[in-house]
Amino acid sequence: MPVKTIFETKIDHVSILDEYGNFDTQLGEGLIPDEDVVAMYKHMMVCRHLDEIAFKLQRSGRMGTYPENRGQEVPSLAAAYVLQKKDWMVTCYRENTGLFWRGLPMEKILLHWMGDERGNHIDECNVTPLAIAIGSQLLHATGLAWASKYKKDGAIACTFFGDGATSEGDFHEAANFAANLDLPVVFVCQNNGWAISTPTKLECSAPTVAQRGIAYGMDCIQVDGNDLFAMVKVVKDAVDNARKNNRPTFIEALTYRLGDHTTADDARRYRDADELAMWEKRDPMIRLRNYLEQKDLWSSAKEEEQLAVAATTVSQVVKNAEEIDAPTTNDFFDSMYTELPPQLQKQRQTLRTSSIGQDPSQIEQATQEGVMQ
Amino acid sequence: MANLTLVQSITLALIQEMEKDERVILLGEDIGLNGGVFRATEGLFQRFGGDRVVDTPLAESGIMGTAIGLAMGGLRPVPEIQFEGFMGPAFDQLTNQCARFNSRTRGGLTCPLTLRVPVGGGIHAPELHSDSPEAIYTHTPGLKIVMPSSPYDAKGLLISAIRDPNPVIFFEPKRIYRAFREEVPEDEYTIPIGVARTVCEGDELTMVSWGATVVQCMNAIEQSGKSIELIDLRTISPIDMDTIAASVNKTGRCVVVHEAPKTCGLGAEIAAGVMEYCFLHLEAPVQRVCGFDTIMPYYKLELEYLPDAQRIGKAIVETLAY
Repeated sequence: MPVKTIFETKIDHVSILDEYGNFDTQLGEGLIPDEDVVAMYKHMMVCRHLDEIAFKLQRSGRMGTYPENRGQEVPSLAAAYVLQKKDWMVTCYRENTGLFWRGLPMEKILLHWMGDERGNHIDECNVTPLAIAIGSQLLHATGLAWASKYKKDGAIACTFFGDGATSEGDFHEAANFAANLDLPVVFVCQNNGWAISTPTKLECSAPTVAQRGIAYGMDCIQVDGNDLFAMVKVVKDAVDNARKNNRPTFIEALTYRLGDHTTADDARRYRDADELAMWEKRDPMIRLRNYLEQKDLWSSAKEEEQLAVAATTVSQVVKNAEEIDAPTTNDFFDSMYTELPPQLQKQRQTLRTSSIGQDPSQIEQATQEGVMQ
Repeated sequence: MANLTLVQSITLALIQEMEKDERVILLGEDIGLNGGVFRATEGLFQRFGGDRVVDTPLAESGIMGTAIGLAMGGLRPVPEIQFEGFMGPAFDQLTNQCARFNSRTRGGLTCPLTLRVPVGGGIHAPELHSDSPEAIYTHTPGLKIVMPSSPYDAKGLLISAIRDPNPVIFFEPKRIYRAFREEVPEDEYTIPIGVARTVCEGDELTMVSWGATVVQCMNAIEQSGKSIELIDLRTISPIDMDTIAASVNKTGRCVVVHEAPKTCGLGAEIAAGVMEYCFLHLEAPVQRVCGFDTIMPYYKLELEYLPDAQRIGKAIVETLAY
């Protein structure tokens, strides 16, 4: 036989609670304790309310550009639920549910989109700030996982990105480093069908995005990203693989952003109304609520109660974000380096004069007229 | 004391920092068993093992980006980009990520890493192995940039760079990797980042340079027979304008020499700084002896491109005669 097959592969798709309410007991039974499912549903309600309010804040001029998370609540929340405190969560910018579950104060995210870097100063948990440059964060996650492996602290890194990011070189370099250097990374691709206006088929002409990971020699799996149970299952397996074997896994989570790319976008320009309508029926929160109600774990009364909790919580979050002290111009100087070099001290001292950077001794009056800060 | 070349001095600094601090790890292409294409990491793989001297895949953005993660994860990585011409793929991670993390997180996450990069021309290398891109990175707030001009400085500056809590690019002028030897103390020592060195004192003219061209400047000064003060920047960013200004205020004349293209090169920044701080003391316009605003030619013509003692000498004569 001159030609023989030397490699074959397949991609599995995992679904436990589908959009019609079917529940796979073999995979799903006992996977998540009932009280945790309820807690995560309640959390999603608060996060979705925050998302709606954030949108309104932008529309009313109280906040800058904001990327709606609506519809993509499950993947990062499921991961945050599985991860340990010492692990790193390295996100893109549509992972509010997971970040908040890990303990990131909600006002930090609002502050970020309100144009305030203090929203990125995170002491509460091992998460990196929102990554605006697509795919750049995958290498940071890989490096963080590498540091943990070197230090033998048992932590892993879980990173998030969209389908478009898998076209970026940094995705391929991160996947290659993680696989070849045996690093404990979980790559979670939130395939929401669109990279702003570019459909997934223009980003990846293979039948699945998941199979991109195969080329790097890592385990790959596709999952219904709107299915909390399936997401928790695949992330658990991937985290185990990372923690026990120092091996990366690529997870393609099929989901959909029900909003525009950001508040600066109008998805009606490129997206079919029928497609949106179809995915609105697949809203992860609808199927989860139905599941909980069927199990008598939830009710309309509880829904009303939790809506009130969400309103109170988010109202306080907005207040916290809006009432923070105004930042000072010193802030953008003082954080450039761990210590401000003399050259920058000089610029900081003279920023209100017409001679930025000049020696203050050359601008005699400036100091006396109080323009120096 | 040992009589070392610049590249040997770098190896010594790496060994001493790795022995002192387990957080220091090296990563890059061909730095392990092969010891690096310039042998800067010779013997380190055997000495410290593959966990600390890591041969990476051939991917500069990957090297830079994972080094950021390693640094944020508590290590002190020393990534190497094999030649300055290959910094392009790492540019985004270096300028948009590494340089910005401290500011972006308002001090929450820092990137204490030292990026080692061989730089400059003069060794008959192929295309994209001879450039001088230091000004590009000087224009990136958040980075520190160092370039030694001697074996003694290389060791002290590299140790300072590795210990610095900020990201530092450590450019290694390959033309003088092995051009001469110098006594280098075996004991560890540091040379502060941000402070220039006055190589020789003089009162007729101030000459400012860094890296391999410092050697050309010394030759030109010797040939001129004039009293010239030579300042070796050592650190390109942040630039030590105080030392330059003090000297120019004394001599009244200034010549800047660098390999990189003239337009928007550091010579322009230094000339502007001299205007700010020394205007009333100037006896002549600031002169620049630089590479040209052309692509660095292949090696048959590289010596025509690089500033040499003759071109520098001409600038000395013209500036003194003004």
